[in-house]
Amino acid sequence: MPVSLPRTGPRGRLLATSALLVLALTAVTSCSSSGGSSSADEDPNAKITLTVNLFSDFGYADLYKEYEQAHPNITIKENRADMGAHHQNLHAHLLAGSGTADIEAIEIGQVAGFQPEAGKFVNFLDNGVSKDQWVPSKTAPASSPDGKVLFGLGTDMGGMALCYRSDLFKAAGLPTDREQVAALMKDWPSYLAAGKQFLSASPNKDVRWFDSGGNLFTSILAQAPQGVYDADGKVVVTSNPAVKQSFDLVAGAIKDGESAGIQAFTPAWDTGFQKSQFATVACPAWMSYEFKANPPADGGKWDIARIPGGGGNWGGSYLSVPKSGKHTKAAAELAKWLTAPAQEARLFKEKGYFPSDQELWTQPDIAEHTDPLFNDAPTGKIFSQSARDLSPQPLGAHGAEIGTAIGNALTSIEQGKADPDGAWKQALKDVDNIVN
Amino acid sequence: MAAPTAAARGARAPARPAGRRPAGHRPAGHRRHRLDRTLSPYLYLSPFFLVFGVFGLFPMLYTGYVSFTGWRADRPGSAGDWVGFENYRKLLDDPFFWNAVKNTLGIGVLATVPQLLLALGLAHLLNYRMRGRTLLRLGVLLPNVTSVAAVTLIFVQLFGRDFGLVNWFLSLFGVDHVDWQAGTLSSWTAIAAIVTWRWTGYNALLYLAAMQTVPFELYEAAALDGASRWRQFRSITIPMLRPTILFTVIVSTIGALQLFGEPMLFSQQQDPTTGGSQHQFQTLALYSYNQFWGRFKYGYGAAISWAMFLLIVLVAAVNFLAARRMRGVE
Repeated sequence: MPVSLPRTGPRGRLLATSALLVLALTAVTSCSSSGGSSSADEDPNAKITLTVNLFSDFGYADLYKEYEQAHPNITIKENRADMGAHHQNLHAHLLAGSGTADIEAIEIGQVAGFQPEAGKFVNFLDNGVSKDQWVPSKTAPASSPDGKVLFGLGTDMGGMALCYRSDLFKAAGLPTDREQVAALMKDWPSYLAAGKQFLSASPNKDVRWFDSGGNLFTSILAQAPQGVYDADGKVVVTSNPAVKQSFDLVAGAIKDGESAGIQAFTPAWDTGFQKSQFATVACPAWMSYEFKANPPADGGKWDIARIPGGGGNWGGSYLSVPKSGKHTKAAAELAKWLTAPAQEARLFKEKGYFPSDQELWTQPDIAEHTDPLFNDAPTGKIFSQSARDLSPQPLGAHGAEIGTAIGNALTSIEQGKADPDGAWKQALKDVDNIVN
Repeated sequence: MAAPTAAARGARAPARPAGRRPAGHRPAGHRRHRLDRTLSPYLYLSPFFLVFGVFGLFPMLYTGYVSFTGWRADRPGSAGDWVGFENYRKLLDDPFFWNAVKNTLGIGVLATVPQLLLALGLAHLLNYRMRGRTLLRLGVLLPNVTSVAAVTLIFVQLFGRDFGLVNWFLSLFGVDHVDWQAGTLSSWTAIAAIVTWRWTGYNALLYLAAMQTVPFELYEAAALDGASRWRQFRSITIPMLRPTILFTVIVSTIGALQLFGEPMLFSQQQDPTTGGSQHQFQTLALYSYNQFWGRFKYGYGAAISWAMFLLIVLVAAVNFLAARRMRGVE
């Protein structure tokens, strides 16, 4: 091998050089290991910036302004990432012990995955928070298994409802009054039967009954006493009959052509709202944002009714304060304030995010709230009813991924890539790959 | 290039063993100068090796270590569980892994072959004398400097099922709406189109640079002999470009095997790392990411990364040997 470096010096010099390199290397790496500063003995009036990492719009902009006015030394900076990426980053940063924001949001489907790491978060029970602010079904998943650590403060929750296009219903000869709609679709089979009726009678043949099979599956399974996990934390996709029953119900509806087959939360889905590609959407409270952002281009009107089958929860989030953050004390205070009943009530009235704080559900200004977006529907009554009817499901570490895998299987039926049998088998393989 | 002098020096060195040299003979200033000459190249090079060591070598070796553990987030305390080759054994009968291998190679071929052929043709055209040549030459690099995310988001719209431009265009020829996300071949084609769009210009510039080194006399002589442009391209340009072609083939192959951003952003599923409803376009990099950061199976995800690395080495070696063999036949 031709050596292109002058070979003049003795060997020792080369060693010295490499030693120098190693020294420099350790200097570089040791720089990066400065952990979170101890915020306990921090000057409470020092100027600080609190970072808040979210995965969608939580509607906090006005609240930040108010908080900054009351605390002139605090500036709040919010970052948003895609939901999947957000949680992956949080896991990665907890693992690394640095890089987390002062406040990190966690979605309910993901929260069980953070339970083993409860010790890496600030325990709100040591910071003057009472669990009684929320129903046990909200606090339990964000607590350590022994219940001694509460690492997430409940923000909103997804009391469920059914959103429907009253103009399209009218054209197809279905009832448009929300009480009559709810009476017609007491449960999911009658909802799907109404869908068939809609498809045959609707003058516009491009409109489907619902947006995507995955979404419908989520809503149906959310009402079962048990989802994909049992109370012992075991995956029960095959042994819990409710999973396969929900799957079959949706698969059948897809075969009947009721699904528009549009993946939720994608640009195509937004287009679907605008171009009236579907007549109903199962909508938890937090979804009203989508209806506001994407009004139908043909001037159609959305209305809202009780969800077939009663209660059920879909989604909702928590705010957490990782111990590796820079200003844990101040961050905990901000998180407490953002999730306090007064702020939660405001978020519902102004943005439509239904509060998880249980005493709000009976407060007149919440329970009697109406939303002009949905033809002045009594959303407060609908969502608080749904929240009270809710029987909490056991959650598990991979609940969100398993749900997505089954949703993918339903998508493959919509795409004509698989029949219901093949799709179910594929889903089971995917679940196995997730769990084992 | 310092190589010739260094080689000459190296050849002379053994003739005069270092030990025999009388000590303290030379002035001190000269020694300092020599020390400077010996040490400074190392110092000049050290930033690269430092950065490579911290961000390249260390992560790679650490990933290698992790791949031998059963570490996963849903089993607290599993970080140190040594499982030997268990993860690799599991890979061998993991249908998702082999599906990812198939997808990666498939998309790789679909993206690389047209891309290099197009680049070759484009470079040939750019080599002509014409007005605004420099501008055009720079222009072909533009797709490459735009971000993957931006490009892919636009292509996702173009390849939309219901309101996509590509489907509208195809419908002019009576082709039914294609659900690009759904099919295996259709999704591969769409992703390959993104890759081709981004990298064709880049490769064209490499070819163009090589074409400029071809002696003009060859073309002159060929033209005098009555060879057509096409004949000149085939018989002069291509053979002279062979080393460059070999280089681009290997570089594009490595790029194709690491394909990540395009399929990830192309996916319209709720979990983009699954690569489609039935993993139609889940590449190896996506699967590794899916297992590592999506499922938090750190040990297994690391094993996939290493398997991917070995596969890249293997394919690059096969490529290299095949290309050399071809030259031998010539």
